[in-house]
Amino acid sequence: MTTVTTTPTERAYEPVIGLEIHVQLRTQTKMFCGCALSFGDEPNTHTCPVCLGHPGTLPVPNAEAIHFALMIGLALECELAPRSIFHRKNYFYPDLPKGYQISQFDVPLSRSGRLGDVRVHRVHLEEDAAKLVHAGASGRIHGAEASVVDFNRGGTPLVEIVTEPDLSSPEQAGEWLRLLRATLKRLGVSDVNMDEGSLRCDANVSIRPAGTATLGTKTELKNMNSFRFLERGIAAEVTRQEQILRGGGEVEQETLHFDPQTGALSSLRSKEESHDYRYFPEPDLVPLAPTQAMLDRARAALPELPAARAERLERELGLPTDTARLLAFRSELGDFYESALGADGATDPATLASWVTVELVARLGDVDPVESPVSPEALAELVRLVSARSVSGSAAKEVLDAMAAGGGRPEAIVAERGLGLAGAGELEAIVDRAIEANPDAVEKVRAGTGKAMGAIVGAIMRETKGRADGGEVQRMVRERLGLG
Amino acid sequence: MSELLDLSTAQAAQSVRAGDLSPAELLSAYREQAEADELGAFLWLPEEPLGVMGTAADAPLAGVPLAVKDIFCVEGVPTTAASRILEGYRPPYTATAVERLAAAGAPMLGKTNMDEFAMGSSNENSAYEPVRNPWSPDRVPGGSSGGSAAAVAGGLAPWSIGTDTGGSIRQPASLCGLVGLKPTYGAVSRYGMIAFASSLDQCGPITRDVTDAALLLRHLVAGGRDPCDSTSVDFPQEIELPSSEDLGGLRVGVVPELSDAATIDAGVKTVFDATLERIEELGGGVEQISLPHSEHGLSAYYVLAPAEASANLSRYDGVRFGLRSGDGDLLSLYERTRADGFGDEVKRRIMLGTYALSSGYYEAYYGRAQRVRTKIAEDFRAAFERVDLVVTPTSPSVAFRLGERTADPMAMYMSDYCTVPMSLAGLPAISIPAGLSEGLPVGFQITGPAFSENRLLAAAHALEQAIGFDSSPARGKAGAPAR
Repeated sequence: MTTVTTTPTERAYEPVIGLEIHVQLRTQTKMFCGCALSFGDEPNTHTCPVCLGHPGTLPVPNAEAIHFALMIGLALECELAPRSIFHRKNYFYPDLPKGYQISQFDVPLSRSGRLGDVRVHRVHLEEDAAKLVHAGASGRIHGAEASVVDFNRGGTPLVEIVTEPDLSSPEQAGEWLRLLRATLKRLGVSDVNMDEGSLRCDANVSIRPAGTATLGTKTELKNMNSFRFLERGIAAEVTRQEQILRGGGEVEQETLHFDPQTGALSSLRSKEESHDYRYFPEPDLVPLAPTQAMLDRARAALPELPAARAERLERELGLPTDTARLLAFRSELGDFYESALGADGATDPATLASWVTVELVARLGDVDPVESPVSPEALAELVRLVSARSVSGSAAKEVLDAMAAGGGRPEAIVAERGLGLAGAGELEAIVDRAIEANPDAVEKVRAGTGKAMGAIVGAIMRETKGRADGGEVQRMVRERLGLG
Repeated sequence: MSELLDLSTAQAAQSVRAGDLSPAELLSAYREQAEADELGAFLWLPEEPLGVMGTAADAPLAGVPLAVKDIFCVEGVPTTAASRILEGYRPPYTATAVERLAAAGAPMLGKTNMDEFAMGSSNENSAYEPVRNPWSPDRVPGGSSGGSAAAVAGGLAPWSIGTDTGGSIRQPASLCGLVGLKPTYGAVSRYGMIAFASSLDQCGPITRDVTDAALLLRHLVAGGRDPCDSTSVDFPQEIELPSSEDLGGLRVGVVPELSDAATIDAGVKTVFDATLERIEELGGGVEQISLPHSEHGLSAYYVLAPAEASANLSRYDGVRFGLRSGDGDLLSLYERTRADGFGDEVKRRIMLGTYALSSGYYEAYYGRAQRVRTKIAEDFRAAFERVDLVVTPTSPSVAFRLGERTADPMAMYMSDYCTVPMSLAGLPAISIPAGLSEGLPVGFQITGPAFSENRLLAAAHALEQAIGFDSSPARGKAGAPAR
């Protein structure tokens, strides 16, 4: 376990971190009405009497949202409640049209799960609030000149995932959130886009003397909208709590806002100011009791999940852990890789994996490889050419550049650009010329100075423009010099 | 004209179908009456007739116009729940109940007065004006569906729909000498019915006779489960028009806890006991049963209903519709809007409910009240293993004087003493007029198991025939036997 401390010599405290994640589901319609989901559309164009909280309207649960939530519960290895209850969470705010949010309270849809090495406390379904836009300098409701409400988002299905406090460093929290994000993305239940707010994360942070089992007073960090902010926010909060404790003070239970611009933490509300939400069972809805058919359908819809895929790639194909995880967490890369592997069974899995995760990723960035001009078959063919020593590594990279820019088959590009390895006769002549042109280096090589070989090989490689294998060239030079 | 107004709706519908009467004649006759309303029964009448007049003569309800409690949303029509906070509000949609009845051929005649947000038992909590009882204008019509009851009893409407949370259909029906039916919870869609206490609210008919009540209920449930109301269900049978003339073989339970002299006025008790004799004359067997937890019903109800109401009424915040007060600051928007918009009784119940749900008090109030509710439902289940129907007085008293109980909320709450247990248990209950006391109508309440409406209506019909109550206040008083 990583221990975060203010200075390396003070290893007195360890952080205890739990996460609360809100996931907007990618359903056709809202949680309790028939309005289409939207992002970035003209404000208040996806509303109806139900999601505007008009008098007399009633919620009707979205079957697709329940299906997605069951999939999430299963994917996180939770126990699914045979009968879960919706509650009303009461508070006044302009983004909450009914004056209460329909959520789940003491009997959530599922609980007691696990993802990776972190236990999942609960997973429940609820509805999202609308979006408040504050005019004025502060950007927050206090001190705003005016606030306007966009109800398009109001009523979007949300799944809330709460972990146990099993994380012990900001980096581990970030890493686990990436795994969760990959898992949800693989399930296809959400856009999981932190920028757009379809994945939102709060963190509960406390610290305790390293190695002890007690829990300190926790604070809640709200809504850090990127992995980097999450890690920085937690780190800043851990540091703040350590300073308080070292100074003899006590951490107060409060809700904090992290400003990624300044790195400052400011208090949103203290324990005394915390809401009494007056939860009670939502009388407009009957208990949610999934039928066997619903459970079967959710189970059947589960794909292989990233954690399992990483484990399989490592175990069955012998890929390095990091490579396997990268392929599994970015499932589109994993899919590309496995399809390339299938296209050419002869290719070494680890070599191919390295070409996908290093070379291809370097050329595509975050673009889904399916949308790039490089086909899995073409990449497999390129890797096979390299393995068969038909093309050098550096020439192959040039071929991949060409493929990434305009598609095409590797053999055609190699032929067209003359990138095939230089033939033996051609290479011998070049080796001879290089030996002739570098007498000093030759002298040193003969004298046993290994470094000098580089100058000779470099000259040869320059002349062949990379169409030679460095090892083979070296062998030929030594042979020519009688060093066998 | 007055003959036309004397027709029961079933009779009027028959005349329309026979071609002796046109829907337009019927509507204009009632509009004339409603426009001359001196009872405060209507809050709104349309400029032009609304609804499905074109096909009305062929439709099952033949164009007989319907008075609709102002708690039902109707697209484009002022809908206030008799509250200032919804002044000027015109809903963008129509309640399922209103839509279904209109489709069956009962166009809306107008919107009737009520206690604000259905909170009250006298209709004196209307933010607009109190309603007067057609039997005695210085007395209340009951509540909260007081306007619907007064309109029908006063001959301003042939029939009406109201809502019942703890007695709001049955008690005004009782006080106005009418038939009032609260269906099984879930039988009628609540979509578009402004919520007071969601787990208790049900829509039902207030009519001059049992047949009319059956006719309206038939078309309220005929469309089946409403996909817009998750708590609604398919009614297991078709609602039959009752024809029963006797109660042969029927076992009827009397509940001492809900009919003892300590809570029931002597005059009401006399009519109740006489009605029990009639049941026996009609071949029914009367036996005593116990609902041991029913005496706690009122206490549980006044925790649960306000708790739900406290949340249901949070949406009236001045942000999206209705009244908006305040000086631009968010807190003052909330505080001023709600202070100006809600009446005293509504505020009292919001505070009661908020308190009952507060952290630290939830178990002691809400949790306990829920357990009482479960116990009451169990009591009824046990009772219905022994008897077919349970009977009680509907209201402990006849119509009281305007102002008599306004200063004493507890006395007012007692009006629902006999009706609340059935609401808590979600059971169907009907009130029929059984006689007079002090020249004022006395209601008799019949309750059955869930979805036993056909049994309830049949028994109510047989009793109605035997009692021969005249629902017209003018004639009823004149011909009332001295007691």
